Amino acid sequence: MESVLGRYRNLIILVGVLFLQVLGLAVQVKRSADAENTRLIRIWAVDTITPFERALVWAQNSGKNIWHNYFFLRGVRAENRQLKEQIEQMRLEQVRLSEDAEQAHRLQSLLAFKEQTIAKTVAAQVIGSSGSDLSRSIYIDKGSNDGVGLDMAVITAGGIVGKVLRVYPSTTLVLMINDQTSGVGAMLEKSRLQGVLRGTADGAVILERVMSDEQVTPGETVISSGGDQIFPKGLPVGTVTKVSPGREMFLNIQVKPAADLSRLEEVLVITEKQEQNPVAETGGRVRAADILAQRLPSVPDRPAVDTATAAATGNKVIAPVPATSPGAKPSAPVQSSVKPEAAQHPATPSIGKVPPSPTGAAPGSTKAVSTGGTQEAPGNGQAAASQVPKKSVPKAAASEPALNGDSPNAEGSIAAVPAPKSTTTQPKRPVPQPSPQPPATEDDPH
Amino acid sequence: MPITYTSGEQIEVYRFSIPVTIGVPLLALFLQTFLPRRIFSIFDLPLLVTIFFAMARRNPISGLLTGAAIGLAQDMLGPYPIGIYGIAKTVVGYGASSLGAKLDVENAGARFLVTLGFYLVHAAVYFTVARGMVNMTLNWSWSRGIEAGLANAALGVGLYFLLDKFKQRT
Repeated sequence: MESVLGRYRNLIILVGVLFLQVLGLAVQVKRSADAENTRLIRIWAVDTITPFERALVWAQNSGKNIWHNYFFLRGVRAENRQLKEQIEQMRLEQVRLSEDAEQAHRLQSLLAFKEQTIAKTVAAQVIGSSGSDLSRSIYIDKGSNDGVGLDMAVITAGGIVGKVLRVYPSTTLVLMINDQTSGVGAMLEKSRLQGVLRGTADGAVILERVMSDEQVTPGETVISSGGDQIFPKGLPVGTVTKVSPGREMFLNIQVKPAADLSRLEEVLVITEKQEQNPVAETGGRVRAADILAQRLPSVPDRPAVDTATAAATGNKVIAPVPATSPGAKPSAPVQSSVKPEAAQHPATPSIGKVPPSPTGAAPGSTKAVSTGGTQEAPGNGQAAASQVPKKSVPKAAASEPALNGDSPNAEGSIAAVPAPKSTTTQPKRPVPQPSPQPPATEDDPH
Repeated sequence: MPITYTSGEQIEVYRFSIPVTIGVPLLALFLQTFLPRRIFSIFDLPLLVTIFFAMARRNPISGLLTGAAIGLAQDMLGPYPIGIYGIAKTVVGYGASSLGAKLDVENAGARFLVTLGFYLVHAAVYFTVARGMVNMTLNWSWSRGIEAGLANAALGVGLYFLLDKFKQRT
């Protein structure tokens, strides 16, 4: 017996050590819900490593700052000039976007949508990683002492980075979106197709669970869907780079992350989110009629017979559009077959622009459905005014509650703003333009 | 006649000072977590250190215990349950020390091949445990695995010659 033990001593010890580790692993897997089991030993390990990392990162940044602040000032003047020009351009863009956002808020409040906003963030510095090619996670220099908690979203200005996996007093482990075990609810901004974002063995990111019969094109933007209850809806995730048939009935969509995950230095941890109903600026209950009155050009009095005839025949009659109207954006030719209905049913939000999605996505990204088939609204969302088929807007708006599922009143709100029956069909055949009518003016301020 | 680990006269067995025994694995773990991911994430410094110590000591028990300790420490810093790297590196430590007792692995070519082989063994054990026991949804990429194996083997050859300077003859 002793000779057997002596002969296989090494093997027996190997089996014993492996058995102990397997046992420990099994205990962890069984009690995976209770994360406190292994916390102490992890805290010791992390507390041993991270002080050195902090010190080195601090030294590295100090050296970098000295270089950038004192020695590397060549070309700053030219860069300053360039940035000023960029600011001017962005201000113009901001004006346009703020108008869109205001309109979106008003429409959201009409439909009782709830929106998630980022209420509070904590800025943190990346001080290290998990140190393995098989897992992709990073350490940041903020922890529970700074208000960081489990499952909080971590983002950069570019896009989402990952979620908080473990929190220590002054350090946090963040699981990045390109880790194989991570999963993020995401959707395509344009087509609103939803899927699950996962990492691959190569560290790439793919969007799964999109059916193979859907149309997805490279270059399309991917945003967070909010379905994972971690990332607020509408945060940039990345861009589609390649689409190929995947396993079963799903597409294999490769996504280039919006945030540069291999060069992270500073990140933001979303420590507080707010879920609230968007507040319209006018206060109180806002009717669609008020919005239409603001956004649409006024309708001149016309003989009833004209509009009735036009509506019956489906002929387009170009209505005169005032040169200036408060809050009016575009003034594409307006059909009189639309205008009287708007006057009679002013609450119908189908006239005018396609309302932006609650995420603030460009109006042009909303899929418009008409009786003539599916069509995309124009990309800039301005020239599309008054030309979008009427059915498209209630359809697009009504599809949103299904996406986020947090708007139980949405149906009621839509019912409170009934669309007239005649709005479901629109004449699509070409119509002769009456000569006496002046052409509509394109007074787009942008 | 094959050389076995019991023929101590023919195979040189080395030992290391306590600071080197503790400091080198800790330094490897630290560098692994600190160095920029975009360049160094493909390397597994703790694995290279495990292989080196195991092959130099030529003692399977010492090798497997070194592997277990380094692997568990690496697990503590990672996002997954503790023990996956521990088991993988225990197997590698045992295998490398057993191989080191039987073969001369002092030249660069042999070290390159041994490191490449043990990298793949390490990955195989890791994936088996991760998928079989922890039920993690990990996928193996052959191209990435071979690429990382070659990179680690190349780095290992250089690193081993550097660490050879700390060897002490018994």
